[in-house]
This record gives sequence, structure tokens and C-alpha cells, in this order.
Amino acid sequence: METTSALEKVLRGVALTLVVLFFMFPIVWIFLMSFQTNETILSIPPSVIFTPTLENYQALITGKLQTASGTLDIAFMKNLLNSVFLSVSSVAIALVLGVPAAYAFARHKFRGSEDIAFTLLSFRFAPPLLVLLPLTQYFQWMGLSNTYIGLIWVYQLICLPLILWIVRGYFEDISADVEYAYRIAGHSWFATFRKIALPLAGPGIAAAGLLAFIFAWNNFVFALVLASADKQPVTVGALAFVTASGIQYGQIAAAIVLSITPTLALALYAQRYLVEGLSLGAVKG
Amino acid sequence: MSQTALSIKAVDKFYGPIDHGVHAVKTLSMDIQKGEIIALLGSSGCGKTSTLRMIAGFEPVSRGTISLGGREVHMLAPVKRNVAMAFEGYSLYPPLTVRENIAFALKASRLPQAEVDKKVAYVAKLLEIEDILGRYPSSISGGQQQRASLGRALIRDADLHLLDEPMGQLEPQLRALLRGRIKHFIKERGLTAILVTHDQTEANALADRIAVMEGGVLQQFDTPQMIKERPANLFTGTFVGEPPMNVFEASVETSESAVSFGLAGGVKLAYAASDFSPAVRTALAGRKNVVLGIRPYAVRRTEDGVPARVAVNQWLGDQTHIATDFAGATLVLVEHDRTRLAAGETVGIRLDPAALHVFDGASGKAISHGQELA
Repeated sequence: METTSALEKVLRGVALTLVVLFFMFPIVWIFLMSFQTNETILSIPPSVIFTPTLENYQALITGKLQTASGTLDIAFMKNLLNSVFLSVSSVAIALVLGVPAAYAFARHKFRGSEDIAFTLLSFRFAPPLLVLLPLTQYFQWMGLSNTYIGLIWVYQLICLPLILWIVRGYFEDISADVEYAYRIAGHSWFATFRKIALPLAGPGIAAAGLLAFIFAWNNFVFALVLASADKQPVTVGALAFVTASGIQYGQIAAAIVLSITPTLALALYAQRYLVEGLSLGAVKG
Repeated sequence: MSQTALSIKAVDKFYGPIDHGVHAVKTLSMDIQKGEIIALLGSSGCGKTSTLRMIAGFEPVSRGTISLGGREVHMLAPVKRNVAMAFEGYSLYPPLTVRENIAFALKASRLPQAEVDKKVAYVAKLLEIEDILGRYPSSISGGQQQRASLGRALIRDADLHLLDEPMGQLEPQLRALLRGRIKHFIKERGLTAILVTHDQTEANALADRIAVMEGGVLQQFDTPQMIKERPANLFTGTFVGEPPMNVFEASVETSESAVSFGLAGGVKLAYAASDFSPAVRTALAGRKNVVLGIRPYAVRRTEDGVPARVAVNQWLGDQTHIATDFAGATLVLVEHDRTRLAAGETVGIRLDPAALHVFDGASGKAISHGQELA
């Protein structure tokens, strides 16, 4: 361990503070905005001293948006629930399908396995807008447009390749001999997958799941085109704040705070497992 | 009466397509009796670990059959073969303690807990790991992990125990101690074991028979003594033995009264015909080029011997290794006394005909060992 002088410590502290300020500022500012009315937000010069109001949150939760030109109905809470439902189900399905597939790709090299894995990855190459037009047509023929099933299906384009490729790497990092040792002690390959491979790759699966969840949560364009108001997630729902009588900055800020809360909570919760995963990886000769 | 525990018949292993991939094990056949300890000895990449993994069931057999106790197992899943294995990379389960790791191997046998505890305690004492039973694999040294992994294999009551480099990470004193204990443990229980190693001391000390492998081919499968005294070919001769056998290419001339070998640099080794048996003489008569081999322990120094120049003289504490320039190559001899010879001095060398191994110059196959035909 190198020794650090007092000056170095101070400089390091200052540098860290600057970085934290830089990255935290937008979030803090949004958080502050969510407690202000549109007038105080738009006042020049902006001020950090204001009378906090819960008006924005109230409007979101009750679904009644007060604007200069009257009251508007907004489906924000419905959108939030849609987001939760769509993201959770998409990630759950992608995990159920992707984790066993990742294990197969990691452990069993078969003819064409690389090609299949690459094809799955290539789903992410094309810009979403490129596939959207044909997809919309197909979905209309199949009666899948504006259904949760259709949206969850399309969300697999986002989640499945991500989970497959991240988790595959984690499975490849587990020494195959640990699994062999388990199998030779009298257990089937499926028991080995459940009892050895899954727990050891657990942190990786958690990380991939979290990442997939964030990507699914933040998706905008698929839902915009393929879903109507009652199936929309928050990302699309936020468009409702651009009203005829102006942009409702206060409500947008409150909506952002509400919509990042689930992902933030999930990330904080999963962090424990991520750290645990790092220490498990230290088992080497 | 001995029975065959493991029978390997004409087994081939290809990595990649059959007949076109990497040919790791070539038409290997061997029978192992119940209660025997066998060492697979060879350098890295000789096919010994591939063989072990095919027996365990982790690698498919490309061709041939493997039978365990009379039943063909090469198409069965590892779980159905009833073999135990200690892995070179330890492969302990990270979330379990050393005790749980060892006891884990008994889980499938459904023994009562007290019985399991007793067995774990016994194996732990045997391997000197009693004090770390409560620790996790990540917090113990490589040598300790290796012993835990070995314990996990030994504790099982399997038809066959496969030990892949089981003591590679241990310090020499401990290794010597454990070798004796493990051998006793295996013999006492009548277990059958296959040990993969590149350490010939370990193979000699533990094994009843040694299978020497090179390039995927079984070179010789015999007792340690026979491998040392009657190596089947030049590879086995030079691979087994420390320091390695001295070898010289030679031309051979036989007549009614004499046998002589012409070495590089004009060195001629002349022997009376009576030094070799008639059968050996006949075998040598038809040949021109052979390879002579002699163990460093068998080389004698005499006043009237062939002159050789001392290159290096090393006293190792209990024996002297003297490397000399002899017939255009290096000849090493070992003496048990401390010898005061400086580099550059000349010594007389005598190669006893009874200690000479003669190999075919082209194929490397042994022709004779001293008086006897190979």
C-alpha cells in the first residue's frame, strides 16, 4: 500500500467532489424542479430558494392536469404501471429463455452454435425504426398491435440478446471442472445446472437482468408505434405533458422522479449481489 | 484371483471431426486389475488427461470401448459410471466449506450424518487438513485446496478413483508423506485408482504399474522396475529415470570374437563376443545403426577407460553428478561419494556391457538390455 500525503488526499477529495457534482447535478435539479410550479421554474434568474409544492405529484397521481386552458386527463399512473408490467414480464421471459440458452452456448459447442448466437446478437444491429414498419404491418395482420403480448414479444429484441451474451460470458468463466465434480458425484446435468451453474453465475444473471430491465424501461420507439394510450409506458406517456398551452416542466420533472424510482431501487438492491459476485470470482488457485 | 476393474479397448480420441481432428489418443488398449494403482505418466499434451476424462465421461470416446467391472460405460453419463475424481484445478464448490465440500461427495450415498462425519474426520486427518475444515475454498492456499479436492475423491466408495495430478501443488516434504498415506489408504480398502502425473517419482512411489504415454500412444505399460530396467523403446528409456539415460548414436560391427560400437568423434567401444548372449549378437549382426543407452548410475570410471573431459561437476549433498564431453555428446555419471574433479580434467569412462541398452536406430525400439533380448 502506497502512502499518500495530506495534499494528495485533499486533491483527491476535491476531484471526487467535482465529478460527483457534475454527474449528480441534473438529477438534483430535476428533483428540485419537481417541487416547483412552472412559473418559478421559468423565472430568470433561476433560484434554489422557493416554496415547495406537491402540486405536480398531486396532478400526476390524481390524473388531472391543470393548465392555463383548463383541466386535462392524463394517464400517468396507468403508464407507470404499464412500464412496470411490460419491463418485468419482458425481463422475466428473457431470463427464462435466455439463461438456459446462454448455458447451452457456453458449455456445448454444436454445429452452428456460434451462428445462432451471432444471429441473436444481430437483432441489436439494425436501428429499431428499420424493423418497425414491417413489424407494424405484421402485428396488424396477426392482431398483436396494441396488446401487451405483442409489446412483450417486441421487447425480447432488446432483452434477449443482452441477457444471452452477458450471461454466456459468466457461464464460460465458471470452471467446467466444478460442474464435472458435481456430476461425477452422482448428479444429473440438470441438477448441476440448477445447483452449481445458476448460483455461481447468479451475480452475472442479476447484472444482465438489471441492464435488460433498464433498457426495456427506457424504450420509447417500439411502444410509441405499437401501443395506444392505454398500453403505453411512461416514456411515451411523458409526451402528454407537451400540451397546447405549453410544456409542463414541473410535471415532467415529477414524472421523471417517479419513473426513475423503480430502476434506482432495483439497482440499489441488486448492487449487493453484484459485489458478492466479485468476491466469488476470487476463488482461484 | 484378480479381476479386471477397467478395460480400455482400442480407444481413439479426436478433438474435432473423427479422422480429421486433433488425434489426442491413438488406439489405446489397457486392462487394469481390481485393487491396482496405475500411473499414467507422460509430458504435457501426451493424451493422459484426455484418457482420464474419457474414463470419467467428460469427453466422448471417438472410437473403441471402455468397460468398468464388465459393463460398457463409454456411452453412459458420468453420473451412471460410479467413478470418483480429483481434479487438477481442484474444482471445489465456492459457497461450501472444506468440510461440506468433502462430505458433499457422500450426499448421493445417503449415509447417516454420524457416519459421514466420521469419514470426513478420517480423510481430513489423513490429508492433514483438519484445521481448515471450517474454512471456505477462497480463503485457503492452493495446496490446501488440492488436498480438499483429493479428500473429496478419496472419501467416495467408487469402482474407480481417478486422480489428476493430485499432489502437484504440495511442498516436497508433505508430498512424500502423503504419498505413503494415500497408497496405504487405497491398498487397505482395495480401491482401484488411476493417477495422472508427469512426476516420475510420484508414479514410481505410488503405482503398481506405470503406463508411459507420448504423442497419444501408449509406449509401455509395466511395473516401475521393468520400465526402468527394460524400457521398451528409446522414449521410455530417456523419459523415465533421473538424471536421464545417456544416449549415443552408434554403428555396430559384430564378428566371431568381438562386438564393437563406433560412436561419433572416432570413439570405439570394443567388447568381447562373450559379453553378449548369442541371441543378442544375432540380433545385432544384421544392423548398421543403433542407439546405445546407459543409465548415469551404471557408468564407471576406470584408469584405462575411454577418455572424456569433465564439463561440470555438481555435488548435490548426497551424490555427485559429473557431466562429461564424451563422443561428441554429453555423458552424465552419478557417484555417491563427493568427487574432487575440476572442469577440464580428463577421466576414463567404462560402459559396462551388462548395463547397455541397445535401441534400433530408426524406430527406437529396444533390441537388447545387457545380456538379454528385449
